[in-house]
Amino acid sequence: MPKIIIDGKEIEFRQGQTIIEAAKEHGIEIPHFCWHPKLSVSGNCRMCLVEVEKMPKLVIACATVASDGMVVHTESPKAIAARNAVMEFLLINHPLDCPICDEAGECKLQDYAYQHSLGESRFVEEKVHKDKRVKIGPRVMFDAERCISCSRCIRFCDEIAKDPELTFVKRGDRVTITTFPGEELDNPYSMNVVDICPVGALTNVDFRFKARVWDMSHTNSICFGCARGCNIEIWVRNNEILRLTPRHNEEVNSYWMCDHGRLNTFKFVNSETRVDSPHIRKDGKLVRVGWDEAFAETASRLKSINKEQIAVIGSPYATCEDNYITSKFARSVLGTNNIDFIRHTDYSFADDILRREDLTPNSLGAELVGVRPQKNGLNIEGIIKSIKDGKIKALYLIEDDLLSIDHELENYLAKLEVFIVNATNFNQSTNFADIVFPAATYAEKNGTFVNFQGRVQRIRPAVATIEVDRALEGMALSRLDKFGTKFDRWAQGKHFDARATWKILSSLSNVLGSKMKYQMAEDVFNEMASSIPEFKGLDYDVIGELGAQLKLEKVNVV
Amino acid sequence: MSQTSNSLKKRKKDLTFWQKIYIPEIAKGLALTFKNMVRPKFTMEYPEEKFIPPPSYRGRPVLVLEETGEERCVACGLCSRVCPALAIEVQAAETEREKERYPEKFEINMLRCIFCGLCEEVCPEEAIVMSKDYELAFTNREDAIYGKDKLLTPVSQLEDRIEFLRKYK
Ligand code: SF4
Ligand code: SF4
Ligand code: SF4
Ligand code: SF4
Ligand code: FES
Repeated sequence: MPKIIIDGKEIEFRQGQTIIEAAKEHGIEIPHFCWHPKLSVSGNCRMCLVEVEKMPKLVIACATVASDGMVVHTESPKAIAARNAVMEFLLINHPLDCPICDEAGECKLQDYAYQHSLGESRFVEEKVHKDKRVKIGPRVMFDAERCISCSRCIRFCDEIAKDPELTFVKRGDRVTITTFPGEELDNPYSMNVVDICPVGALTNVDFRFKARVWDMSHTNSICFGCARGCNIEIWVRNNEILRLTPRHNEEVNSYWMCDHGRLNTFKFVNSETRVDSPHIRKDGKLVRVGWDEAFAETASRLKSINKEQIAVIGSPYATCEDNYITSKFARSVLGTNNIDFIRHTDYSFADDILRREDLTPNSLGAELVGVRPQKNGLNIEGIIKSIKDGKIKALYLIEDDLLSIDHELENYLAKLEVFIVNATNFNQSTNFADIVFPAATYAEKNGTFVNFQGRVQRIRPAVATIEVDRALEGMALSRLDKFGTKFDRWAQGKHFDARATWKILSSLSNVLGSKMKYQMAEDVFNEMASSIPEFKGLDYDVIGELGAQLKLEKVNVV
Repeated sequence: MSQTSNSLKKRKKDLTFWQKIYIPEIAKGLALTFKNMVRPKFTMEYPEEKFIPPPSYRGRPVLVLEETGEERCVACGLCSRVCPALAIEVQAAETEREKERYPEKFEINMLRCIFCGLCEEVCPEEAIVMSKDYELAFTNREDAIYGKDKLLTPVSQLEDRIEFLRKYK
């Protein structure tokens, strides 16, 4: 393999790689603004200037192809002087906006101003003023003064979202970004420009001014919005989710996520409609009860029903662990084979970038761990039909809304002898439930999802429920989480009395007389790994941050 | 043990004859007492009489309210970040004003505050300054959390502190 020397360190590179790419692969960071590993090279910020021996002038590392024997200096006096000059130049017209800028704390310009600038401006003239609050699209705000004209946002729209919407106009220090006439920055991936904008010129309308980045904790997780399972980070302050951002995983979503996933998959976690503690219907109304009472009531009512007249509906929104226990509970505790789950597909949602027609994160997982009819059990259509025919007398619905797919069922659900629901939020179905157990959301539990490719990926708790102590549970802690007391208003965020479905069902099994002894989601996963061939050899450590590919015969995607 | 007896010995040796008989020393001490008895009083009859501190004094931190009725604070959260006692909570929100951002909520927990003045030092807008108010007594924890209603103080009342800051900060 050919080699180059960067700052005295000899590294190997692949033919065709640029200096910046080769350096990055070996953990050497060359300062840059406009270069992005997944976008074309534009070479306009000049931040990546380096000195290459035997070349008359400094070259930009992002556009210079490495060649064998090249000797590169990134810290030579010439390179440092060039970087200082570029920084000074970029800061000439940059407003002193950090106090009111959302990017502060995660801003490349701010970081580089510390690392690579002289810290003094010699510019005494009036700065150029531009528009400050331009709604460039429905979900993105643009501040023209802060823009450093790196063109990343333009290239993103052209190359990744495949929807050219942005362009530069004007020249010199008046140059600015705008949308093409009649266009808006409204493609389904538009908010990724907020992440890749190296400064605070493009901000997230939904998150704007909600919190400082240094006040939030961030937890690695998986998007809940569709079967792609984009890798994300969940940002939390005071036990409330404030934003989601994509996390790099080349196998799944690269650096991106769609706007639907970013905006519509977390607000239910802290919403008013959350089920908080178990509920039992008394005199026609759902009333709050304690866990023990709810378990006892459920057990006594289920016992009086014939096995064949019970059906269980698992959930593609719940984790593999939840569905595995659901399946085990149905078969060995309730003794029924009537078990399946509801598919939620929308072909108009799918595209050939990331979005998939399956709008749930775990249908493949649910199926693999046994939520499917077996022997002569009923599938979902069969279950619905038998409810209408009155052949099913008891229904246990896990984390889903049956009425959202079949509105007619309204008349029949009320006639069931017992209808139990594990739900994160009250929905149309819980209106008819006799017993509702509060289920923890994907942001409140450990577990795994299997995406459409058959890749098993981990979710982790980012929001604490009532029985959880962030520090003891090993959850991500912000500075405020660490030091808050019950007397601080900023540490009194709502904690819901909810539990993961696997936990609810194992407690219920114990009340019904079949012992299930799982302490944590990992115990359930380890049992799955030993009993389900596709999960063989896996554990939470093997899955790690980026997931693991399951060995599937055929990927039978819905 | 030996050390103690050594120093004891040494001390005895150091005393002069007059000191050893104590009487002149007692007289000296009493003279000082009587001198102070007739000196003018230093103690203030608080609360009838109030102590007005100099501009360098760090009383409770307050927010500066401009003459136009607008607060200076832009809710950047730097004071909240720097506060070693985590006394400050700021919630930003958007406004139509030129400076886009304002504190929808600004609370200082006076039970946490240690009057270090770091918030004042870090503020990029000269929006939080240490006042001369030292009268802070509460009967419950909730009362000690001061919101914008108690914090916002007209700039005219803070002029000497601001002047002091511009000179020495
Ligand atoms: S808005 Fe941001 S990403 Fe776009 S050109 Fe300006 S600085 Fe670059
Ligand atoms: S593509 Fe799917 S998984 Fe990815 S962010 Fe969008 S909804 Fe979420
Ligand atoms: S004076 Fe010190 S302790 Fe008090 S609020 Fe300001 S920074 Fe916090
Ligand atoms: S540092 Fe100043 S401007 Fe920033 S939040 Fe505190 S008081 Fe407001
Ligand atoms: S990163 Fe090379 S010129 Fe911008």
